[in-house]
Amino acid sequence: MIGVGVLKGMGVTLKTFLETYPWGRGLLRTLRMPPTNGLVTVQYPDVKQQHSERFRYFPFLVYDRTPDDLRCVACKICEQECPPQCIHIVGPAKDAQGRPLKAHGRTYPVAFDIDMSICMSCRICVDVCPFDAIEMDNQYELSASDRWDPMVYDKEKLLKPAEYFQQIKPTEAAEVDARLAAKAKKAAPAAPQPPAPPAAPPPAA
Amino acid sequence: MITPHAISAELLEVSLGPQHPSTHGVFRMNATLDGETIVKLKPVMGYLHRNHEQIGEHATYIASFPFTDRLDYFCAMSNNLGLALAIEKLGGIPVSERGEYLRVIMAELTRLVNHTAVTGFLLNDMGAFGTPLLYAFREREKILDLFEEASGSRMMCNYIRPGGVRQDVPPGWLDRARELVRGYPAFLDEFERLLTENEIIRQRAQQVGVLPKELAVSASITGPMLRASGVNYDIRKVDGYSLYPRFKFKVPLGTVGDVYDRYYVRILEMRESVKILEQALKEINDASPSISPKGLALVKAPRTFRPPKGEAYGRIEAPKGELGFYLVSDGTPQPYRYHIRAPSFINLTVLEDLCLNHKVADVIIILGSVDIVMGEVDR
Repeated sequence: MIGVGVLKGMGVTLKTFLETYPWGRGLLRTLRMPPTNGLVTVQYPDVKQQHSERFRYFPFLVYDRTPDDLRCVACKICEQECPPQCIHIVGPAKDAQGRPLKAHGRTYPVAFDIDMSICMSCRICVDVCPFDAIEMDNQYELSASDRWDPMVYDKEKLLKPAEYFQQIKPTEAAEVDARLAAKAKKAAPAAPQPPAPPAAPPPAA
Repeated sequence: MITPHAISAELLEVSLGPQHPSTHGVFRMNATLDGETIVKLKPVMGYLHRNHEQIGEHATYIASFPFTDRLDYFCAMSNNLGLALAIEKLGGIPVSERGEYLRVIMAELTRLVNHTAVTGFLLNDMGAFGTPLLYAFREREKILDLFEEASGSRMMCNYIRPGGVRQDVPPGWLDRARELVRGYPAFLDEFERLLTENEIIRQRAQQVGVLPKELAVSASITGPMLRASGVNYDIRKVDGYSLYPRFKFKVPLGTVGDVYDRYYVRILEMRESVKILEQALKEINDASPSISPKGLALVKAPRTFRPPKGEAYGRIEAPKGELGFYLVSDGTPQPYRYHIRAPSFINLTVLEDLCLNHKVADVIIILGSVDIVMGEVDR
């Protein structure tokens, strides 16, 4: 019979309409039609949805205790592998004679810029980093009205402590910490004892 | 004085788009009309050209993965799978078993995402604004949440790698996926109650944009569009890549090849995808890692991967049709040639044949039923 299909479809929309109201859900329950929660959206700027732990948006650089103790050694692998080429690194830092400068026993970058407007959040920099120095942040409200200054993130803006990483991504951070601890253990017997374990007095940069 | 002859001789040229309100992307059609009937239709493409293939020839094999996400932005996971298959063939990379299962699960979830969304868009094009599209998006969101949990991104997943997947899925993910797959047939029933028997849709879509079998084959149309015309060709069956030969599923076929058949074949395909997902989620185990050691080495150091000289073609049954990646290696870390056979682009070539002698309003729904995404057409 003509019109039955349309009426059936109307029934579906009516049920969904009722599901979006508490009284409608009550009505459906009394009619023995188990309702689902029809409300699936949130009022965005006021209410925010919880992102999953792996949610990635923009990379940041991890430092351990003090901001000059960053894990990055300026090896430039991420710069080379970045698909849209948004990372720009100057370094490693050198003194007047051209010898590499070291902070906490590692070379370090003079400048480390990431252009936020070019970054495509692919996480390849994290995959290729052999030092676990770069990780993905989950901050996403990064819009700005100027193309240059607020969009190009320099070293100071990118640096975040390891505790922050442990806080936003506990599982991944635990894996990384275990990997770094294993590496430090391996490195310790090979190198002479003084530099590796104590590390309390900051060596001259 | 206007003579009747002078009026009938006038043809009207109308430019449809490039800002078409439906969500396929920026696409323009130059239609020539006689009254309201289409007598000629010329598609204009290239508004979304991003030089993907050339960029791929200057980047490492791994660096092309995030760009493939942006080809057909509804089906990032299956695009990744296509490129991964081509690279595996080229470099002889073995795939871990758990990796294979996860890839099949992701690819089939992608098919659900695409077919639900495209059905919503098709109805949007028909003039049913909002309701079916939002019902589709409500279900799609649930799958995108799963993608976000596994890969960290809802749409630009960049998850599948040669040898397996980049990271194993988080604990509890498989249970959540099972729950979703269990609930999906109920949604499909609801969706079908809303649409399949609706007389208005039948009036609007049946016998519109008929694609004959012979034309479909000779124009190398693939995917649900070809199967709606009644040709039994599914690369999952024909090629048997990944783990598909292990699973039991049917290939739904249409009879007429009109807009309605194309809609209905997609609904039936979703039901088959649910069956594949049920089997895969039942059989998956954690006896092997999610990526083979050779694949993991490639993820960690893309520049050390220098495949031997030669060529490889990896193809999959993407939700839109045959998606192929053709790679030529000259022994360097970058491919010498990188080409994509995009199903959207090739399915679009018959648009004029489908639209001739139809009304302008039919052109919009025919375009909707072809299921194109301009990211893939223009690359």
